[in-house]
Amino acid sequence: MWQIFHKLGSPKWFFGIASTLMPWLLWVGVALLVAGLGWGLAFAPQDYLQGNSYRIIFIHVPSAFLAQSVYIMMAVAGLVTLVWRMKLADVFVKAVAPVGAVLTFLALFTGAVWGKPTWGTWWIWDARLTSMLILLFLYFGVIALGAAISDEKSSARAVAVLVLVGVVNIPIIKYSVEWWNTLHQPATFKLTEKPSMPAEMWVPLLLSVLGLYLIFGWLACLRMQTEILVREGRTRWVQQLVQARGD
Amino acid sequence: MHPIRKKRLTIILFLLAGVSVAVGLTTYALRQNINLFYDPSQIAEGEAPVDVRIRAGGMVEEGSVIRDPESLRVEFKITDFTSSVLMEYTGILPDLFAEGQGVVAMGRLDSNGRFVADQVLAKHDENYMSPEVNEALEKAAGKRAAISDAQGEAAASY
Repeated sequence: MWQIFHKLGSPKWFFGIASTLMPWLLWVGVALLVAGLGWGLAFAPQDYLQGNSYRIIFIHVPSAFLAQSVYIMMAVAGLVTLVWRMKLADVFVKAVAPVGAVLTFLALFTGAVWGKPTWGTWWIWDARLTSMLILLFLYFGVIALGAAISDEKSSARAVAVLVLVGVVNIPIIKYSVEWWNTLHQPATFKLTEKPSMPAEMWVPLLLSVLGLYLIFGWLACLRMQTEILVREGRTRWVQQLVQARGD
Repeated sequence: MHPIRKKRLTIILFLLAGVSVAVGLTTYALRQNINLFYDPSQIAEGEAPVDVRIRAGGMVEEGSVIRDPESLRVEFKITDFTSSVLMEYTGILPDLFAEGQGVVAMGRLDSNGRFVADQVLAKHDENYMSPEVNEALEKAAGKRAAISDAQGEAAASY
């Protein structure tokens, strides 16, 4: 098991694996997302109270869900950076932080657009919205800190510490709607109970979440490959690869 | 695992535990500030300050909404099914405002225990339904109410 783990640390090995995975991630992801969004936006029934405006959940929920799981993945990678000093883990953190920031922004933005007609306000400082805003700032902090330190090793460690400390925010986001009074409603999906939503609504939602996950995987591979090429530009295998592609 | 790595892992786990405890204690101490609103029971028990801008939230009590025909003034009661608070608001209510729906209002509590709101927001719950299902549910509820009325019981009272 440790062998696979150490192999995973090799940028060259990862580069090859990513190249074979990427087309699958992209096309299956796009297919799922198109199916989920098409079904959700055009064919799913209206909500009895909100009418059509609830359809924004087909974008809001996948992006909010992914924004948090990307952060958890970054925290695991940060742990690997600190304990095993694996370069690839830092490549992952640097590559996906901007993606996570965009997803968090998308979740906040779609939430605001939905909040105006539903609640009557774009923004309110309740625990859920505020903790989500903190997540956006954490992403900004990770990007800024990574860019501010030019030495690769110290940059990797500093970013890993920040990511790990910030992971405390994730359970706060998740449970904010249960621990405190908030304007944001509690979760519709619980692990132990049936979703309080008909299947014609949650199935397309699930498809969109899965699709966005796969597209994120594709994007992460693509951005990690770019980062690897930049960092390993002087090694032989990269130069051979570039020459082979150039012909 | 290599002893150095084991040591690093332990340090990180301690760091994480420390940060979690610190954040946990802070949010616990600030819980009343983090809570967005007071619920009717807290107001009834006198936990909410009088004549300070606060938020109050609860469910609009069935049959309590009185609209002034001359102006935009509305009076209604919010409840959490143990206590209820009388609210007064002048202005346009959000589309989702209805009896039996959740609201969060910003305003001041006067000395008579009446809440004068200057902003009313609708609180949506986590349940989504298609209109047909909702109609069917309401029909079923209506039938049940009619039956229990016939038996001489009060329908859906709380």
